[in-house]
Amino acid sequence: MSDTKTVASQKEGPAATAEFPPPVKWLDDRLGIGKLGKKNLRKVFPDHWSFMLGEIALYSFIILILTGIFLTLWFRPSMAEVEYQGSYSLLKGLHMSEAYASTLDISFDVRGGLLMRQIHHWAAVLFIAAMMVHLLRIFFTGAFRKPRELNWVIGFGMLFLGIIEGFLGYGLPDDLLSGTGLRITQGMIQASPIVGSYMTFFIFGGEFPGDDFVSRFFTVHVLLIPGLILALVTAHLFLVVYHKHTQFAGPGRTEKNVVGYPLMPVYMAKAGGFFFVVFGITALMGALLQINPVWLYGPYNPAEVTAGSQPDWYMGWLEGSVRLMPGFESHFWGVTLSWNLLIPALIIPPAFVTLVALYPFIEGWITGDKREHHLLDRPRNVPTRTGIGAAFITFYGLLWIAGGNDLVATHFGVSLNNVTWVLRFGVFIGPVLAFWLTRRIAISLQRADQERLLHGLESGIIVRSPEGKYSERHTPIGEHEAYTLTTHDRLVPYEVGPETDTNGVRAPLRALNKVRAKLSAFYYADAVQKPTAAEIEDAHSHGHEDDVHELTETEAFREVTPDKH
Amino acid sequence: MSEKNLPVKADEHHGAVEVAEPIADPGLEPHEYRITDLDPKAADRAERQVATMFTLAGLLALGSCVAYFAIPRDAILQFGPLTGNANNLTLGVTLGLSLFLIGAGAIQWAKQLMVDTEVIELRHDANSTPEQKADIMAGFSEGVAESGFSRRKLIRRSLIGAMGLLGLPAVVLLRDLGPLPGRSLYNTIWAKGIRVVNDVTDRPIKPSDLQVGQLVNAQPANLTPLQEESAVEYQNAKAKAAVIVVRIEPNKIQAPAGRENWGIDGILCYSKICTHVGCPISLYEQTTHHVLCPCHQSTFDLADGAKVVFGPAARPLPQLPLAVDAEGYLIAQAPFDEPVGASFWERG
Repeated sequence: MSDTKTVASQKEGPAATAEFPPPVKWLDDRLGIGKLGKKNLRKVFPDHWSFMLGEIALYSFIILILTGIFLTLWFRPSMAEVEYQGSYSLLKGLHMSEAYASTLDISFDVRGGLLMRQIHHWAAVLFIAAMMVHLLRIFFTGAFRKPRELNWVIGFGMLFLGIIEGFLGYGLPDDLLSGTGLRITQGMIQASPIVGSYMTFFIFGGEFPGDDFVSRFFTVHVLLIPGLILALVTAHLFLVVYHKHTQFAGPGRTEKNVVGYPLMPVYMAKAGGFFFVVFGITALMGALLQINPVWLYGPYNPAEVTAGSQPDWYMGWLEGSVRLMPGFESHFWGVTLSWNLLIPALIIPPAFVTLVALYPFIEGWITGDKREHHLLDRPRNVPTRTGIGAAFITFYGLLWIAGGNDLVATHFGVSLNNVTWVLRFGVFIGPVLAFWLTRRIAISLQRADQERLLHGLESGIIVRSPEGKYSERHTPIGEHEAYTLTTHDRLVPYEVGPETDTNGVRAPLRALNKVRAKLSAFYYADAVQKPTAAEIEDAHSHGHEDDVHELTETEAFREVTPDKH
Repeated sequence: MSEKNLPVKADEHHGAVEVAEPIADPGLEPHEYRITDLDPKAADRAERQVATMFTLAGLLALGSCVAYFAIPRDAILQFGPLTGNANNLTLGVTLGLSLFLIGAGAIQWAKQLMVDTEVIELRHDANSTPEQKADIMAGFSEGVAESGFSRRKLIRRSLIGAMGLLGLPAVVLLRDLGPLPGRSLYNTIWAKGIRVVNDVTDRPIKPSDLQVGQLVNAQPANLTPLQEESAVEYQNAKAKAAVIVVRIEPNKIQAPAGRENWGIDGILCYSKICTHVGCPISLYEQTTHHVLCPCHQSTFDLADGAKVVFGPAARPLPQLPLAVDAEGYLIAQAPFDEPVGASFWERG
């Protein structure tokens, strides 16, 4: 990028000279940057507000790196015990780990330290939120379809790493809250079948809490995971450039082109400017909104915990999953199998995220669609996918609420046990309801589109005919909008095909293909197919042949009810 | 291997069928001009807006440096109920606004003044062209043939074997990350005769110190001396040995079989470490003698052997048998007879 920018700044005005200015020529002679610039300098990106969501994630990641480097200059990742002598008088003289003491120093004795800590934490919260919302955008618009399935998986990988990164990060200050989070994680690992106790002894260097985890987590937090995320970000962006950005369907926008504004200058200014906007807002949040005031919690003490302890928001659903599970445990053959942790921590979350990660391949297999897609779906035009998305959000959301079941109970003055019981059933019933409801809404919206396309807009003018019938005049929609409403595909379910081919050889994997055909039929069932040219022609000619905008023509009126089409 | 040799897949076109669009593509909508395109005065105004934002951003950046040095580190700002560190606030607000204004200015510049005609760029297939494929396949086969990789099986197999075995040292080298668990999950520092002491005052407890309905957080008397020896041993020991001592009306207690003499006049002692994932349990409700873990809301009935009455925990809290020593202080009759804290596989 910096190379491109160098070229850009030197090429003011349309009259480009035949030779680069000297510094660029020097670089070009060695790196051939002109070739890169030629391809990418005026690269076209389509414009839509939802395409900025991924940018927010990228920018918060950059902010995390910048503020994180600042914090490492003072943070001491050590669990050696020290007596606190800093300027926060309430903890003066207390024994605590160096990690906690240096976090207090950053907050009270380093100017700008608290600001950087708070920006870092806010940016982390934003980073994961932006990645999730970006993922939802990709999901609901079908942007994960061929050829972008791998970029979905890469993006998912970053989200996964980001969540672990965030979790390790808030474990570092070694305060009471972070210690509680680690204690819970340690307990979960310990209860894993067969290897549990060994895993926790290897991770924590012996018994919990020990004196190793802060320095170990620190290395993973500042080196290993950021490095991996950086590599994935690079691959992610490279693929965005290689595939070119998807766009919403519309007049002049096809599968074969991309319509938008050039990188230089429009997106350099817009996207570059947006980075500063995101940075500015996180900085203002860091200045004005307190987050994770570790000095209030005190140093970690394995015999203490505060009521209402909550993890950062993105861990909430895992916490909820663990809170909802009833206390089942099996004892057999001299071993203990903790279903109360196995199911909510080791089976459900991995199964859920695996489904999310593999969704593009699952949908591709069910639909049998092998074509490249560069035009985005409107969520309503793929009702089943949209319903599945809503079900996933509901499942996640209910678990998230369950992660704060104690707060729900205390804030609303209801019984904790009832909240838990309602959510225990809710996580199964809610997603089904959400799926069904969303799918029906999507289908209704498709019908509304169809209505709009075939019969036009309600003009609000009610007219009485000579026979005394009342009807409302409908104005046809414009050509551009009509085209936009008909750009999506006709969805045809996968078919099993004949049992044997022409030579009488049985088709392989027939049973599997039958399942696939069933799923495919389910996937596309009830979706409203767009009208054919003949149907549109018919609908329009029924009402009027001549000037459709002529309000006085009674032929142009359409009866309000009943719908004859 | 060539794509051409593969049979045509029957399902190539399922999922969606391309049909002639019902409506022909009318092409891009006509360009709409902005006020700044048509009115030079509006354009100049936009330019002034952008320049003002950039100038302010620069001034605020300077302002943040001034704030850094001029405002004392410990100065406090107060707005009604809200308080904040003055240095942190001014530094953050000036920096934040400065950054924001640079961004807002750049975006305003792009939106109002930069050419906004849409550009069309053609897409290209993601896959390689047939010629490229043929070239690569030929080059690859040539490379394989020249190396003899597929022909010289001995080399190939021994190499694959060696590379596979290299994975072992990569795992083995991590062995010293920690000791093996051994029996350490089964033991705490409680032993016969160890006094039960208040975990804040470190004072031993007499039965008469406890009212009915009272719950005291306690620990073994041999814990505090550990702190001088080794901070980490102290923390590790504390994470297992913390207990709660509670006094319940004796007629309400249903002691499990074999534990009838584990309490002293209704005073019972249980592990404070939740059997779910090891959080310290702390919320006690006198009337029901239930104790609740604030982490996942497992609820235990202390009058009924601390059995689980709600929540995700599966086992009762381990109980510490109590006795009274010669001086009348509470002591442990014996150590815990089962491991405290979260379950683990080999626990049985």
